[in-house]
Amino acid sequence: VWDKSENGDWHCTASWKTHSGSVWRVTWAHPEFGQVLASCSFDRTAAVWEEIVGESNDKLRGQSHWVKRTTLVDSRTSVTDVKFAPKHMGLMLATCSADGVVRIYEAPDVMNLSQWSLQHEISCKLSCSCISWNPSSSRAHSPMIAVGSDDNSPNILAKVQIYEYNENTRKYAKAEALMTVTDPVHDIAFAPNLGRSFHILAVATKDVRIFTLKPLRKELTSSGGLTKFEIHIVAQFDNHNSQVWRVSWNITGTVLASSGDDGCVRLWKANYMDNWKCTGILKGNGSPVNGSSQQGIFNTSLGSANTSLQNSLNGSSASRYFFPPLDSPRAGSRWSSHAQLLPPPPLIEHSCDADTANIQYPHPRRRCVARPLTLLPENEGV
Amino acid sequence: AAVPSQVVPGADPSVRQLCFCWGPAEMLVCETLFGRRGGSRSRSRRPLLPAALSRCVAGTGEAGPSSSRVFVVRKDQDIYIQTLRKLFNESHGIFLGLQRSEEELAGKPRKAQLVQVSKNYRSVIRACMEDMHQAAISTREPALQSQYSTQVSILSAMELIWNLCEILFVEAAAAGPLLLRLLDWVRLHVCDVDNMVREVLSSEQPSKHELFWNVVDIFVLQGRMDEARHLLSKEATAHPSSGNMYKILDDLMKKMPVPSLGNTQTLTEMELKWQHWHEECQRYLQDGTFASDPRMESICKILLGDEDAILEKKELMTTWYHFLVTRLLYSHPTVKPMELRFYAQAGNTRISSLDLFQGGESSPEPLDTILMAAFEFEIHQVIKECSIALSNWWFVAHLTDLLDHCKLLQSHNLYFGSNMREFLLLEYASGLFSHHSLWQLGVDYFDHCPEYGRVYLELHIERIPLNTEQKALKVLRICEQRQMHEQVRSICKIMAMKALRNNRLGSALSWSIRAKDAAFATLISDRFLKDYCERGSFSDLDLIDNLGPSMLLSDRLTFLGKYREFHRLYGEQRFKEAAQLLLMLMTAHIAPCSFWMTLLTDALPLLEQKEVIFSAEQTYELMGCLEDLTVGKSEKQKFQDDNETTKVEMLRLALARNLARVIVKEGTLEGS
Repeated sequence: VWDKSENGDWHCTASWKTHSGSVWRVTWAHPEFGQVLASCSFDRTAAVWEEIVGESNDKLRGQSHWVKRTTLVDSRTSVTDVKFAPKHMGLMLATCSADGVVRIYEAPDVMNLSQWSLQHEISCKLSCSCISWNPSSSRAHSPMIAVGSDDNSPNILAKVQIYEYNENTRKYAKAEALMTVTDPVHDIAFAPNLGRSFHILAVATKDVRIFTLKPLRKELTSSGGLTKFEIHIVAQFDNHNSQVWRVSWNITGTVLASSGDDGCVRLWKANYMDNWKCTGILKGNGSPVNGSSQQGIFNTSLGSANTSLQNSLNGSSASRYFFPPLDSPRAGSRWSSHAQLLPPPPLIEHSCDADTANIQYPHPRRRCVARPLTLLPENEGV
Repeated sequence: AAVPSQVVPGADPSVRQLCFCWGPAEMLVCETLFGRRGGSRSRSRRPLLPAALSRCVAGTGEAGPSSSRVFVVRKDQDIYIQTLRKLFNESHGIFLGLQRSEEELAGKPRKAQLVQVSKNYRSVIRACMEDMHQAAISTREPALQSQYSTQVSILSAMELIWNLCEILFVEAAAAGPLLLRLLDWVRLHVCDVDNMVREVLSSEQPSKHELFWNVVDIFVLQGRMDEARHLLSKEATAHPSSGNMYKILDDLMKKMPVPSLGNTQTLTEMELKWQHWHEECQRYLQDGTFASDPRMESICKILLGDEDAILEKKELMTTWYHFLVTRLLYSHPTVKPMELRFYAQAGNTRISSLDLFQGGESSPEPLDTILMAAFEFEIHQVIKECSIALSNWWFVAHLTDLLDHCKLLQSHNLYFGSNMREFLLLEYASGLFSHHSLWQLGVDYFDHCPEYGRVYLELHIERIPLNTEQKALKVLRICEQRQMHEQVRSICKIMAMKALRNNRLGSALSWSIRAKDAAFATLISDRFLKDYCERGSFSDLDLIDNLGPSMLLSDRLTFLGKYREFHRLYGEQRFKEAAQLLLMLMTAHIAPCSFWMTLLTDALPLLEQKEVIFSAEQTYELMGCLEDLTVGKSEKQKFQDDNETTKVEMLRLALARNLARVIVKEGTLEGS
């Protein structure tokens, strides 16, 4: 666990070994419930952790103590994902496991994290790899959870299923399946709802896909209180050119990030006309990092690292550029630090006889053309 | 299509996977241990996991992270540039003023006002540019200096674009004044040559200076006739032999008709005068008046709008848009806004000012494309190109908002709900929210986004790290002003939880009262009572004494408040009132049963007072309470705790004695 200090530095405040197998996921509960984590593991368990504030001066020494409040042992196979429910539902969490069972637990007393009761067990028939709660707190939307499967046996079963809570039966029931997704799914994520009537779901499979799920009016459906959805795929990107392992939304659901076997993190954003485009790629340059090898989070922004890198590559005699060249216009789609992509122009046009009193603002006029080296074509290196 | 790509130093894309995690505004990226083989090792991919507020966590599998570094990738890097704070802060005020004037002055003629707003924005850009320039020349560090000067040049480009948009879109200058505005625009922004002008003018004998004629040409190209004539008159006195030639040129320059800003002449009048003057220049050129002096002949050709003659002075104009304006000045001074397109248009190499100027050598740069789109009145295109080319959302967000107030963007209100103005304002404000102090400006921008502003504000404000009570109160105030009840509740709950975890019961209680969280208030009240039982005194007396109506939030809290009131009455020796309250706490079942013994024990000293305090009826009630308490317990339980038994015996004794005294007293009083 890392904590960010007042001055913006990150410090590792706790690190501990637990579980007797790989830890697949770790996730935070909302701070309303205190400082609480959940983890899940190959060892067939999930665990809930709470930070305790002791009398000692550990905090001053930059250390925190985490205690295991409970171990959830209901699964008989590897627990592949754990997610806390949206906070308006109370302190609840869902797990899914390789044998295809989704379990939903609740802590009835939020002050007692050692008591969790198993509320629901949903059998999904397929090995589960990931779950996502629908974050919408609107009364119009029942609690909903999406489940992804990485089952890779040759079949054409839908690998994404949507379960919805039915107020009448007090059970979760399958509301929908994304029939078009038949390849193994590795991650799944509902976007923040923003008060929309429909939901947006991102899926990581052999490519990145974005779906909208528009609830149809209930009286039009025949499935006894369950919502049916009109499902549309709004974007599908195979730019990773390989399996995609993670998808995740920023807090307003305007940018989706994905990582894949191409070793890159890619960023996707819709413009105001709802056209989804790739707006950024984060990738390594393959060179070793100089300097200290100590562990921790380095608060260096990529931007500045990039500038120095570029300066060293371009050398001082390289072209001076004022705006970054871009090959194709994309309205409103843009990532980060263009300014960092450019070496700066000289401040003083005639520097040899520079008398500071006579310095003029360099006006933005034509300088010679060269592409900054870090602007890579989309599919380069793949 | 190429996409901007960021390099993560040290990570090797051909060998390793990257993993990532979103924070409130930034993203954390680090290299994993896992290779690119996929499939077989899919289970071993470990994510960096959600950063909640200001914490993050990573889970590890069979081995730790391969790289010991996690990188923080930030969007909207410009937000963090210290010297741009002024830009963000001051434009915020202008922005709010503009939104307010919309409400106040609906229906009134707005153009002058909008132009003033536009000028205010530009002066903020200019001020920032000057600060940045000062910073650049005062620093000795080359890296910083180059960083500042990049910013200066970006700011100057922004001001250049904004100024052109102001002339063409906001002011929408009509034929005539349009050209005068464009001339001002060129004079303001083409300042490379000012050094040369200053050098020549400050020399002892300007006319002897080798750059003298360059300066004259500059003045002519920029339409600064008076200055050009002034210089020429100096030269004329030095050459009395060609005095006539100078006089004629001076005369031509003096007589050149200029469009007027007011309504003093019609366009037709102006065009007629222009025609006459043009013919006169033509005559002098053809009859060889200036043939003996190529420098003066070239000026005459420029006056005639000869494109080749103007292009010869390319070096003195430095940019194609200067050339465009000069060309218009001497060939079509009454150009109408919609005719600009014809002179600017890209693609047509015989007409396009850009192509003529650059000889079609190189493709246009982003700045050229933006200006070109403006000259072609493609507002949408201008905004689009600026969004791509600039490193911050500040420019497009504010410009688009202004143009929207000019009612120029309505045709772009498309189905996606949030229109372009709102889309850009949301992006800008989201960027502000990633900054530890500028986020407060972002709040007002969200307020003026009717469609999604509120939801964005809710999502962002929940993630402001509440590291101090002061900051929490500030965030709370913002939420309360906007009736964001859920966020208010959530913030109070978080703060209450934090305080409780740190054993600050008073603070926890007041936060949970603010959150109207009954269950939590009960829990904290219990802690207070438990502490009292253990230590015999209350902490946070101020708070408990002043609960007021909030006491009613939970039963337990009510009891806590009342019980404390009993202690106060007792302390003030108001025994009768204290006794009555104490009894009421039990008979009205406000006190939890577990606390009755404590209450009865508290009654002991009152029973033992010299003066009789409890009436006979009250004493009977007390006895009833004691019996209720003991009757439920078995004999075995009773004898288990000696202390408890003694206490009960003592109470019974005291109650009986009090009863005896009170019967006597009441009998006596009745008898008298």
